[in-house]
Amino acid sequence: MTEHHHHDHDHSELSETELRVRALETILTEKGYIEPAALDVIIQAYETRIGPHNGARVVAKAWTDPAFKQALLEDASKAIGTLGHVGRVGDHLVAVENTPQRHNMVVCTLCSCYPWEMLGLPPVWYKAAPYRSRAVKDPRGVLADFGITLPKETEIRVWDSTAETRFLVLPMRPEGTEGWSEAQLAELVTRDSMIGTGFPTTPGAPS
Amino acid sequence: MNGVHDMGGMDGFGKVEAEPNEPVFHAEWEARVLAMVRAMGAAGAFNIDTSRFYRETLPADVYLASSYYKKWFLGLEDMLLAKGIIANDDIAAGHAVTPAKQLAPGKLTVDNVERTMVRGKFARPAPSPAKFKAGDRVRARNMHPVTHTRLPRYVRGHVGIIERDHGCHVFPDSAAQDAGENPQWLYTVVFEGTELWGPDTDPTVKVSIDAFEPYLEPA
Repeated sequence: MTEHHHHDHDHSELSETELRVRALETILTEKGYIEPAALDVIIQAYETRIGPHNGARVVAKAWTDPAFKQALLEDASKAIGTLGHVGRVGDHLVAVENTPQRHNMVVCTLCSCYPWEMLGLPPVWYKAAPYRSRAVKDPRGVLADFGITLPKETEIRVWDSTAETRFLVLPMRPEGTEGWSEAQLAELVTRDSMIGTGFPTTPGAPS
Repeated sequence: MNGVHDMGGMDGFGKVEAEPNEPVFHAEWEARVLAMVRAMGAAGAFNIDTSRFYRETLPADVYLASSYYKKWFLGLEDMLLAKGIIANDDIAAGHAVTPAKQLAPGKLTVDNVERTMVRGKFARPAPSPAKFKAGDRVRARNMHPVTHTRLPRYVRGHVGIIERDHGCHVFPDSAAQDAGENPQWLYTVVFEGTELWGPDTDPTVKVSIDAFEPYLEPA
C-alpha cells in the first residue's frame, strides 16, 4: 500500500476503507448498477463547478438589486432560477436576511443538510459533532469558536435543517462598498458568511 | 430513533475546529463514496430518507468514531445488503458473484448525470387541509419512535410558534421504511431558547426546525 503514503491519515485504516470502497464499486459496476464514468462526472462537478461562488453571486446580486433581493426572500428557488449563470437550483431553498437586529445561522443537528447547489459540499466541521451539538444551544459560543462576536442585544436565529428545505444566509453588505460592481462584491462573500458562522470580507482588510 | 446522530444540545464534543483551505475531498475514496451514493440513489436503489436511516442505525461507537464519508460507506453497504441489491458473497469475493436485481429507473449513465445534480422534488399535493397556520402555538409531541424521524429530541414536549407553511412534503418517517410517501404538511416552527434550554439561557436566541404535521399538537 506504499502508493497511499502521501495521505496524512492513519494508513492501515485508510487502506482497509479504500480497498472496501474499491471492491464495492467493482461489484456495483459488474452488476450493471453504476457506470464509473458517471461517478467521475459527479465528482468533477463538485470539485470544479458547484461551490460557494454560486451562492456568492446570488448574495452580490441581492446587494445591488432590490427587486431581486425581495424576490429572493420571498422564494429563493424561484428567484435564483431566473439567473441563468448560477445554474439550476432545487426546490425549497429559503434565503434568510441578516440585519443589525438579527443574525441567522444554519445547522443540521440530525445529519448534514446543506444547500449544496449554492455552497457546494459542506466542510467537515459543519458535519461534525461539535457544531451539530452546540449550534442550537450555545450559538454565541460557536460563533466565538469562529472568532465572531455579535452585539449582546442582537437576536440570533438558528435554523435547524430538519426537512428538505435548505437555508442560505443573506449577510449584510459591508460598509465602504458603495458603487462596487456585482463581481467585485461577490469576491467579498465568504462561504461561512452564507452559513452564518462568519461575515463577508471587509474591503481593505488584510486577508 | 433516539440515536447518537440526534446531537442537538449535547455537551462534551469540544470546540468547532475549521480546517483552513479545506479540500473538497480528503482522499479519493471519499469522492467515490459520495458519487456511488448519488448514483445508486438515482438508479432507484433507495430514497434519501432510507439512506439517512442506515447511517443512523450504525452502532453508536462506530457512528461517533467514523469520518463522515466512512459513515456514508458503511451505511451504503448495509443498506444494499439489506435490500438484496448486493450479497455478502459478492463482498467476500470482491466481485459480483450473485445475480443483479432489476432497479428502476436503472443505471445512471454519463448522459443523464445532470438529473442527480439538482435536488429531488419533495412537495406533493395535499391529501387534506392544513391543521395549523402561521402564528399558531404548537407543542412538539413527546414521541420516541425507534424508526427514522426528523423530529429532534431537543424540541420534544416544547412549545413553539408556526412561522411558515411549506406545503405538503414526502414524510421521511414513512419513506425511510419504504412505507410510501404519505405526504404531510410541513411548517417552520420557532422556539425561544429559554423554552428549550431553561430560564438561564441567552434570551436573544431563537431556534427553528421544520416540522411535519404529525410531529405537532395544538398548544
